Amino acid sequence: MSLLEITGLSKSFGGVQAVQELEYTVESGKIHSIIGPNGAGKTTLFNMVTGIFKPSSGEVHFNGQDVTGLPVHELAALGISRSFQNLQVFFNMTVLENVMVGRHLHCRREFLQSLLHTPAITRSDEGARHRAAELLEWVGLKAYVGDHADSLPYGALKRMEIARALACEPKLLLLDEPAAGLNNKETQEINELIQQISERGITVVLVEHDMRLVMGVSDHILVMDHGKKLAEGTAAEVRENPDVVAAYLGRGD
Amino acid sequence: MKGATVASRYGGVFVLAVIVAVLPWFLPNSFYFDVVINSGIAAIVCVGLNLLIGYAGQISLGHAGFFALGAYSSAILTDNLGWPPIVSLGSGLLVVALLAFAIARPILRLKGHYLAMATLGMGIIISIVLNQEVDLTGGPDGMPVSSFSLLGQEVDSELGWYWIVGGSLIITVWLALNLIDSAVGRALRAVHGSEVAAQVAGVDTTRYKILIFVVSAVLAAYAGSLFAHYTGFLTPSEGSFFRSIEFVTMVVLGGMASVFGSVIGAAILTALPQFLTVFHDYEHVMFGLVMMLTMIFMPKGLLPSLRNWINKRTS
Repeated sequence: MSLLEITGLSKSFGGVQAVQELEYTVESGKIHSIIGPNGAGKTTLFNMVTGIFKPSSGEVHFNGQDVTGLPVHELAALGISRSFQNLQVFFNMTVLENVMVGRHLHCRREFLQSLLHTPAITRSDEGARHRAAELLEWVGLKAYVGDHADSLPYGALKRMEIARALACEPKLLLLDEPAAGLNNKETQEINELIQQISERGITVVLVEHDMRLVMGVSDHILVMDHGKKLAEGTAAEVRENPDVVAAYLGRGD
Repeated sequence: MKGATVASRYGGVFVLAVIVAVLPWFLPNSFYFDVVINSGIAAIVCVGLNLLIGYAGQISLGHAGFFALGAYSSAILTDNLGWPPIVSLGSGLLVVALLAFAIARPILRLKGHYLAMATLGMGIIISIVLNQEVDLTGGPDGMPVSSFSLLGQEVDSELGWYWIVGGSLIITVWLALNLIDSAVGRALRAVHGSEVAAQVAGVDTTRYKILIFVVSAVLAAYAGSLFAHYTGFLTPSEGSFFRSIEFVTMVVLGGMASVFGSVIGAAILTALPQFLTVFHDYEHVMFGLVMMLTMIFMPKGLLPSLRNWINKRTS
């Protein structure tokens, strides 16, 4: 079953065609990767799927519903979450609070009740705090729970972003270069984390440059170049595709 | 962890309540009462303004406009139309809430300097209207305001005002702390931290920015209304640009994203001009100087810097 269906999706910035007439389907429950050289349009695609950019043309269907051009927070409510290539951390809050923001849609948030901090609000907050702490432990950040976000190392912040995204309980999780800037050991840990996320029944789409990670973890790979689809298929299929070898993978050999 | 947050939330309110309760015994004469009451009124504005600036990260250089609108609404409705003061107060808050709501949507699309300029313009427009509508406001000459009465009881003593303002401040601080420690408060702080990440977490950032803008405007108007009845005479200078800057300076000095910092900042900068004649004569220069020195030596403000310092000493 397809969770995300993209048809004829394009985005241009002035004269630059960042994404052109893209057709792409994400199957429910699988791990997908999007690869391609810098400027291929991978992050632009993520930004359109999450509502940060409005597509110039084309359609995005999520879970059978046309979601093209919906605002970011409504897409979040439907079950799309993401991490960011350049960290987007709430540096004015603690690690726990960062992840608790991810529970926003699951918290009671009536204004007057919040002002009075009624027992219902306190209970809902306790639930959010508990769940956030659980997720932090799950991604391996138990030691940092009470710390201020600005005191965390880079690798930990990347995990914290993943915990925050998971706190939304998404159906679809988009990870934008989760291994960028990480060493081999940390990358291996992210690899395991992605597989565990998938085992929880969350569909994962990954934008990543680390080929070992991509080839090892993906059920399906989309190769983009200059805003277009170059190839797609399993790791083996993509690896043997002559276009891909010529345009991208072959460059290293 | 739960105990810690609850304790820090209500511990501070308790300390504030104790201070408010015992302070009258240490105030020798009505001059001191006047300073403390004015501090309390400014503190109510600053707690609201800090929710907007310090927590949600949205600057406003025009909040004296809302303060003055609250003040003049009370004055005009009570004196010109003969409404009971409490009804005038409520109506004034409603008018300011609606106005702030109408302004908020277009204005809060802007960020940083642009938002600062737009709110500055808003404050200046309000100030000009108060100056020009002579029939309604008395223009630059100002207008008298009759005294406040509650349940048929006229508030005419300084001590009476002291309890009204002190009680209002305690409640304001308590509500603000409750709000900050809720999903709504976390959403507001998230807007400050990263707007796009807040949206991805499901926060309707536009809605929350409008909400807190309206809340801070209503608090300013409430304080303005109390001020009008308390002083008994209003001039348009209450809504001037300098008044707005004073409020922002109090927030910055006390500490961004620190509710009690705002109370302290408001108290210090209200009291200083009263006790130091030098400060009085060069008030605006001093406010500028305080702002600069705070930014250079303790950009986080008085209370957060103090807290950091104590944490360092104890750990």
